[in-house]
Amino acid sequence: MHETMVAESLLAAISAEAAKQNAKPVGAKISCGMLNAINDEVLCFAFEAIAKGTVCEALKLKVEHKPIRGRCKKCSENFDLDVTHLTCRKCGSEDFELLPDAPLLLEEIEFETE
Amino acid sequence: MYKKVDVGRKILSANEEYALENRRFLAEQKKLCLNMISSPGSGKTTILARTISELKDKIKIGVIEGDIQTDLDAERIRATAAPAVQINTNGACHLSAAQVSGALEKLPVNNLDLIFIENVGNLVCPSAFELGEGGKIVVLSVAEGDDKPAKYPAIFAKSKVLLINKIDLLEAVGQVDFDIERVRADARRLNRAIEIFKISAKTGEGMDAWYNWLKKEIENID
Repeated sequence: MHETMVAESLLAAISAEAAKQNAKPVGAKISCGMLNAINDEVLCFAFEAIAKGTVCEALKLKVEHKPIRGRCKKCSENFDLDVTHLTCRKCGSEDFELLPDAPLLLEEIEFETE
Repeated sequence: MYKKVDVGRKILSANEEYALENRRFLAEQKKLCLNMISSPGSGKTTILARTISELKDKIKIGVIEGDIQTDLDAERIRATAAPAVQINTNGACHLSAAQVSGALEKLPVNNLDLIFIENVGNLVCPSAFELGEGGKIVVLSVAEGDDKPAKYPAIFAKSKVLLINKIDLLEAVGQVDFDIERVRADARRLNRAIEIFKISAKTGEGMDAWYNWLKKEIENID
């Protein structure tokens, strides 16, 4: 349920950008790594609830989940990790390290203009 | 007409700024700070109370307790004579770096060697919020099942130590379906460097290896 805090942080960032652009935000794209444990539905619901009565009221959120990345220590391949199948995509080795998870990012905002 | 604006801004940057400040403060003070994370009921407070009591002549420990409600856990820590600050999150399922910053001001940090943060009981959300700690400790008790590293990979991927607690239940009951080797293999695949200790905070079994790890970490800071 930490989506509420993410939604609050998002609302503040988008509202600030809207004031700068002097336009109404209608869409926003965010991205995050799988280890951030963000649930889309919960985030969108939380955002909708707190955005009522603000400039972001009609805004649609889009969430892009970036896969966990691993680097194989045997064949040096960088690969997308499937957590139910923890092996290197290329050589099948179990000897790999996790690469840093993608951060929670506000990527772009779409504004309605006159 | 529509226009798109690229922002590329971190969403939880406010939390990260507080976490950075906490990290800077702890580094200046040369204090080890560990963020303990687990499901509710895995034994975090019992582990801390025993650790504090058994190390009290060697290591001075303070605790920041996070719970949704009540100060029951801080009371249990204070019963060991260690200083404890309770944070009530009033519904939030994790501690934030700002809350920890406020709690650090209330602890006698100067007189301590080690500060534990006992996070809100939850295996998911606390792993997404950096608090400025020097490391995360994940606790898994045997009654929770051996599939947890596979189901909740984030916290196992990010922790320095995995404490497998309540191992006395395995022997006493002999019926808990918990394959320690599976837990070890799954956790190590996510995190090669993770240290794993099998303990019982109730009987004291296995606690010495955990204490030795703590002493070594404190020495590394000094």
